[in-house]
Amino acid sequence: MAYRVVCYINQFFAGMGGEDTAHVPPEFRPEAVGPAAQLDQLFGDEATVVGTVICGDSYYGEHLEEAQKACLELIAKEKPDLVIAGPAFNAGRYGVACGDIAAGVTEELGIPAITGMFEENPGVEMYREKCYILKAADSARGMRKSLPLMAAFALKLLKKEPLGTAEEENYFSRGIRKNFFHAENGAVRGIRMLLQKIGREPFTTEYEMPVFNKIPPAPPVKDLSKATIALCTSGGIVPFGNPDKIRVSSAESYGVYDISELDNLNASNYESIHGGYDRVWANEDPDVVLPLDVMREMEKEGVFGKLYPKVFCTTGTGTAVAHAERFGQEIGQQLKEAGVDAAILTAT
Amino acid sequence: MAGIPVVEIATIVPIMLTVGANRIVPGVAIPHPTGDPAKGPEEDKRVRRELLERAFKALTTEISEQTIFAN
Repeated sequence: MAYRVVCYINQFFAGMGGEDTAHVPPEFRPEAVGPAAQLDQLFGDEATVVGTVICGDSYYGEHLEEAQKACLELIAKEKPDLVIAGPAFNAGRYGVACGDIAAGVTEELGIPAITGMFEENPGVEMYREKCYILKAADSARGMRKSLPLMAAFALKLLKKEPLGTAEEENYFSRGIRKNFFHAENGAVRGIRMLLQKIGREPFTTEYEMPVFNKIPPAPPVKDLSKATIALCTSGGIVPFGNPDKIRVSSAESYGVYDISELDNLNASNYESIHGGYDRVWANEDPDVVLPLDVMREMEKEGVFGKLYPKVFCTTGTGTAVAHAERFGQEIGQQLKEAGVDAAILTAT
Repeated sequence: MAGIPVVEIATIVPIMLTVGANRIVPGVAIPHPTGDPAKGPEEDKRVRRELLERAFKALTTEISEQTIFAN
């Protein structure tokens, strides 16, 4: 029996029009429409496109939750074995819709879903971890190349054949690591990679480093004498006893502590819990990591307006970038709401 | 992004550059970025004060890209 596949496409690829019809709500057609018809042919006898869900890009973008729910219901009724959305190439709204459908199908319906996008489509960053996004060209001119790859990958998933790495399978890495026994140990592979690097030969890393977002610099403080300044640290400085039980490494939380009554940190009121450096000096005098004493002196001298009465503290060792970004966004929001003008962040 | 200027004081400048800190003040050492306790309490505090003065200079300076305030 052939596998059942449902496809998702937008109004444009359904031949309904462009921007003028971008507001059409989700609908189902019990046939293979547009690129879905080509996929159906590529599947041969092995799979059949049993229907196509179509939704206008603007409708989807403006009603994310409703649109996803409606589309998933239409898809679920057909009891498919797999769903293919797009490909969306570099179309932003369409990419988000395709990613949202593929992620929703994977999570809610528990069946595999794939889509295809150009690397700069915003849908890639938003949904790459939640579904298979195959690499595609930046425009529909790449359709003829994309569809056979999508059909072949879909059949591989349907037949539960073993998958190679994301690179081998031509999809954007989902950040999933799989353990396996390698014929050569890590030292051999590491030294070989180093020699290749020194010799300027191409090599492939086994562990991609995270890519950090670049944020444009904020404008400077205009009048320091009136400014409220906040202290933050990732140096693991916390009230003695670590009341919030912040982890000594790979932190998933930060603490907010009232220092309005303190002029100085010392070995009895604060300590370092950081698992990534020698804590002897910091435990003796935590000011060497979180400089409260001199900040107080400078506040009294009027160098700046006021020290914000709370400090923000976490441990920055092995901390996941996603957590660190969340800490930063939450702390930034609190500082903004409190009318803080600038922050000093110390790190070890 | 809250639009609030931040100065980072830490010791490994390449890491601050990599993670995207915009206003950078190089600290003293990894286990004591804002002090030099081995040199005694007076020197420790003098170093801390000097670093914070530089941090304030960084916070009040208009910049258009990542900038290291080394002195």
